[in-house]
Amino acid sequence: MSVTSSALILLSEEAHEGTVPVIDPTAADGVLSLLWLIIALPALGAAVILVAGGTRTRAWAHLLGCATVLASFVISLLAFFALLGRDADDRSVSQFLYTWVDAGGFTADMSLLYDPLSAVFLLLITGVGGLIHVYSVGYMAHDERRARFFGYLNLFVAAMLLLVLADNYLGVFLGWEGVGLASYLLIGFWQHKPSAAVAAKKAFVVNRVGDIGMALGTMLAFATFGTTAFAGISAVAGEAEQATLTALGLLFLLAACGKSAQVPLQSWLLDAMEGPTPVSALIHAATMVTAGVYLVVRSNFIYDYTEVAQTAVVIVGVVTLLWGAIIGCAKDDIKKVLAGSTMSQIGYMMLAAGFGPFGYAFAIFHLLAHGFFKANMFLAVGLGPAGYVAGLAHLYAHGFFKAGLFLGAGSVMHAMNDQVDMRHYGALQKAVPVTFLTFSMGYLAIIGFPGFSGFWSKDRIIEAAFGENLVIGLAALVGAGITAFYMTRLMLMTFFGKKRWEEGVHPHESPKIMTVPLIVLAALSVFGGLLVLGDWIVDWLDPVVGVTQHHELAFSPIVYSLIITVVVAVGVAIAWLTVGKSEVPRVAPTNVSFVTRAARADLYGDALNEELLMRPGDRFVTGLIAFDDRGVDGAVDGTGAAFAGMSARFRRLQTGYVRSYALSVLGGSLLVVVALLAVNLT
Amino acid sequence: MDPTPFLALSAILFTIGCIGVLTRRNAIVVFMCVELMLNASNLALVTFSRVHGNLDGQVGAFFVMVVAAAEVVVGLAIIMTIFRTRRSASVDDASLLKY
Amino acid sequence: MVTFWLLAPVMVAAALGILFARKAVHAALLLAVVMIGLAILYAVQDAPFLFAVQIIVYTGAILMLFLFVLMLVGVDASDSVVETIKGQRLAATIVGLLFGAVLVLGVAQVTIGATVGLDVANADGNVQGLAQLLFSNYVFAFEATSALLITAAIGAMVLAHRERLTPKQTQADLAAQRMRDYVDHGKHLGPLPSPGVFARHNAVDTPALLPDGTPAETSVSRLLVARGTVRSAPALADDIDELTRSMREEGSVRPGAPGESVPPAEDENDEVK
Repeated sequence: MSVTSSALILLSEEAHEGTVPVIDPTAADGVLSLLWLIIALPALGAAVILVAGGTRTRAWAHLLGCATVLASFVISLLAFFALLGRDADDRSVSQFLYTWVDAGGFTADMSLLYDPLSAVFLLLITGVGGLIHVYSVGYMAHDERRARFFGYLNLFVAAMLLLVLADNYLGVFLGWEGVGLASYLLIGFWQHKPSAAVAAKKAFVVNRVGDIGMALGTMLAFATFGTTAFAGISAVAGEAEQATLTALGLLFLLAACGKSAQVPLQSWLLDAMEGPTPVSALIHAATMVTAGVYLVVRSNFIYDYTEVAQTAVVIVGVVTLLWGAIIGCAKDDIKKVLAGSTMSQIGYMMLAAGFGPFGYAFAIFHLLAHGFFKANMFLAVGLGPAGYVAGLAHLYAHGFFKAGLFLGAGSVMHAMNDQVDMRHYGALQKAVPVTFLTFSMGYLAIIGFPGFSGFWSKDRIIEAAFGENLVIGLAALVGAGITAFYMTRLMLMTFFGKKRWEEGVHPHESPKIMTVPLIVLAALSVFGGLLVLGDWIVDWLDPVVGVTQHHELAFSPIVYSLIITVVVAVGVAIAWLTVGKSEVPRVAPTNVSFVTRAARADLYGDALNEELLMRPGDRFVTGLIAFDDRGVDGAVDGTGAAFAGMSARFRRLQTGYVRSYALSVLGGSLLVVVALLAVNLT
Repeated sequence: MDPTPFLALSAILFTIGCIGVLTRRNAIVVFMCVELMLNASNLALVTFSRVHGNLDGQVGAFFVMVVAAAEVVVGLAIIMTIFRTRRSASVDDASLLKY
Repeated sequence: MVTFWLLAPVMVAAALGILFARKAVHAALLLAVVMIGLAILYAVQDAPFLFAVQIIVYTGAILMLFLFVLMLVGVDASDSVVETIKGQRLAATIVGLLFGAVLVLGVAQVTIGATVGLDVANADGNVQGLAQLLFSNYVFAFEATSALLITAAIGAMVLAHRERLTPKQTQADLAAQRMRDYVDHGKHLGPLPSPGVFARHNAVDTPALLPDGTPAETSVSRLLVARGTVRSAPALADDIDELTRSMREEGSVRPGAPGESVPPAEDENDEVK
C-alpha cells in the first residue's frame, strides 16, 4: 500500500513537470521599459497631494489624481499591446529597478515582473481605478477634504500596482501593506463618524492577522528557497518538501483570507462599507479584495504541488460563497448587500483557484491512461490551470460589474441624500434612469444572465466544480441561486414598487461625470464575457498558470449552462414572489425566522470572533495585567520597598557624630585584631 | 629587660587613648588622646627596635613624631577655624552631615 | 626595669586622668606627665635621641601649642563630662576594654625571641646611627616629611588666616569716630576713668568713686562685671565706715588721713567743693 502510494506521488510529481510553468522573464525593452512609470505616477500624485497638504492643492488635486491614474492606464494599455505582439512563450518581462535589500545572504531587488497575469490586473486596476477616480470627482465634489481623498486614492492605486507588478514576495508584501494602509485611511475617511473610525480600525486589525500569514510565508519561502523572487522559487518549488509547501500554501491562504475577506477573516468587509462609496467600489469590490486571489494564482507553482493547501482553498471558497450570499439576502443596507455579494463572488474565485488538488488524481489517471489510450488523453487532465483561469475570468468580470454596481449604489445614494437603507428606496427607476439602466446591466451580469460576462465566468467555475466534486458543485450552484435571489431583491426594493422615500428627498440623476464611468462599466459588464468566449483569456494566461486543457464532464457544457440558468431563474422567481409581489415595510420586520436573524447579524461572525477571540483575549490580558500588577510589580516594588525600609533603619546609624563613627572604626579594628590573633595563634 | 611589659604598657596607653577619643567631647582633648595613641605606638616601636637590635624602629618613631607634629599644627588650626565660626570646640556640634 | 615599674603606674594613672579630667588644661598637663614618662622609657631603652626629641618636640612644642590653643578657645560647654550620645560611653568603654584586653593578652601570648639589644647598633653613637639610616635607607621618606611639614605650615597659615571684610581702622579713623560720638551723643572725649580712685582699694576690681560717692561704672573692665567679681561701692563705703570707727576708738587715726570719712556722704560732698 505504502509502496503504491509513494509510487503514485512520484508519478504525480513527474506528471507535473510539464504543467507547472517556470517563470523565466526576459529584460524589458521598448514600451515595456516604461513599466516603472505605471507605479511611479500615482505614487508621485499621492506624494504631491499628501505632502503639499489639502488646502494648498484643493483646486487641482482631483485633476492630478485622475491624470496620474489615467496616464498609468494608457501606459498599461501600451504595454498590453506590446505584450500581445510577442510570442506566447515570450510574454514574461522583468524590469530591474534597483537593489532594495542587500543584507548578508539576503538580497531583494526592486524589480517588476510583467506577464499576462500582471497585464490583466494592470488594466483592471488602472482602468476601473481611473473610472472610479473620475466618478469620485463628482461624488466628493462637496467634501471639503476632497484633495486628501484623492491623495489616498492615488496612494492606494500605487500600492496595488506594486502588489501586482512586484517580482518577489517581499515586493508583494510592500504593496500588500500599502493597500492595507490606504484601505484603513479610506474606510476611516469620515473619521468624525465613530462607526467609520471603528470600522477602519477593525479592517486594519483583521487584515493584520492575514498579514502575519503573508510575512511568515515570505520568511518561510526565503528560508526554504533562499530567495523570495517568483522566478527563483518557481524553478525549484518542485524539489521542496511537501510539508513545507503545504505550510507555505496555508500561510498564503491565510494572507489571502485577510485581504479578500474570506471566512474566517471576513468580518471586516461589511463594516468597511462605512467608507465613501467610491472607496467601496475601488478597494472593497474591484481591486484590493482580489489581491488574495491574485496571490493564490501567482503562487500556483506552490499550490500545484500541495494538495492539502488546495483543498483548504476550495473549502474556504465554498464556505465564503455561501456565507456571503446568505448575508446578502437579509441586509437592508444596499452597500452591505453588495458587500455580502462581494464576499460571495470572491468565494467563487477562490473556489476556482483551489481546484488544483483534484488535478492530481486526474493527472495520475492521465498518466496511466497515457500508455493505453493515447487518443483519450483529453479525458483526464490537470484541472488546476483551468480553475485559475476561471477564477481570473470571474474576477475580471466581477471587477467590472461589481464596480458598476457599487458606483450605481453610490449614484442612488447620491440621489437619495446618502440614504443607504433600501427600505427607504423604491420606484427609483423613473427618477434615476441612467443609474437604473447601468445598474441593471451589472445586475444581469452578476446573476449570470445568459450572454452577460458573469454568466460566462461563473458558468465555468460551476462547471469545473461539478467536474471535481458533486458536493462542491451543488454548493456553487446553490450559491448562484441565492445570488440571483438577493440581487433581485435589491433591484426590486430599490427601483421598483412604491415610493418609500424619506420626506424632503427629491431624487435626481447624478451629474455626467458620475454617469459616464457607470456607462463604461456597464458596457464592460455586458461585453466582458467575450473575453472568455473563444477561450481567449485561457490561452492568454497559459504561460503563467500552465497549459490548460478542457476537462471531461458528465454532461455537455450546454446542460450545465441550462441547469445554472434554471437555478438562477428560480432564485429570481422566489425574490419576485417574496419581495416584488408584496408591500415592503419601511421598518424591517422583527418577527422573522432564525435564519434571517442570523443573516442580519452577519451569520454571527462578529459574535463568534467576540466569543472565541476577544473574550478569551480580554481575560488573558486581564490576567496578564493582574500578574504584572501583583507579580512583577509586586516583586519589583517589594524589593524596592524592602531596601527603602532597610535604608530608613540603617540610615539612623549616620548620626553625624564623629565619635559614633570612631566607635565603629574601633569595633572594626577589634574584629581585625581578633581575626589576626585567631589566625596566628591557632 | 623583658620587652613584654613595655608592649603591654603601650597597649594599655593606646586603649586609654581610644576610649578618650570616643568619650571626650572637647576637640582639643580628643586631639590629646590621639597624641597619646601615637605616643603609645612609639613606645612599641622603640621597644621592638631594642628587641631586634637595629635602629629602624627608632627611625619609625621619629617619623611618627614628625607626622604628629604636622598633624597637630593643621588639626589645631582646623579646630581654631571651627571655633571661630561656631563658637564651640565640641566635636558633637559639627554633626550636620547626617541622615 | 625598676624605672619601668616605677613609671608605668604613674603613666597609666596620668592617662586615666586625661579621661576623667574636667578641664582641658588638666588633661594637657597630665598628658605632659605621660610624655615625659615615655621620654624616660626611651632613654632606658637606648634611644637617647628620641628621649631628647620627645622632650623638646612633644612636651616642649606640641603641648605648648595645645595649651596656647586652649587659651585661645577658652572654657566652654564641651568640657562637660555629661554624655550626649545615647549609649556612647558604655559602648566605647566596653569595646575599648575588649580591645585593650585582646591587645594585652595577644602581646602576652606572643613569644618574643631573645632581646638583641642596641649595643652594637649604637656603637658609633645613637644619633650617628639614626642619621646613617635616615640619610640612606629612609632618605626619600625623610624628604617627603620635609614636604609634609612645609605643607602643614602653609595649611596652618591658610586656616588661621582671617579674611578682612572691612577696611582696617587707622588711628585717624578712631580719633574721628571719637569726635563724632562726642558731637552726636555727648560721649566723653578723654580716656576712661581708672579704677580705684578715691576708693579703699586701688585694685582693678574696685570702681572709682565719683565726687558724689557713687561708683563710676566705666572704671572697671566689663569682663570683671560679667564675672560678678566687682565690689559694689556702698558695700565699700560700709567697710570704710567700720574701719574708720574702729580706728577712732583706738585713737590712732589722724584727722585727714586717707580713708577717713565721717560721715562719708558729707565728706565726699566736701571734697567736691
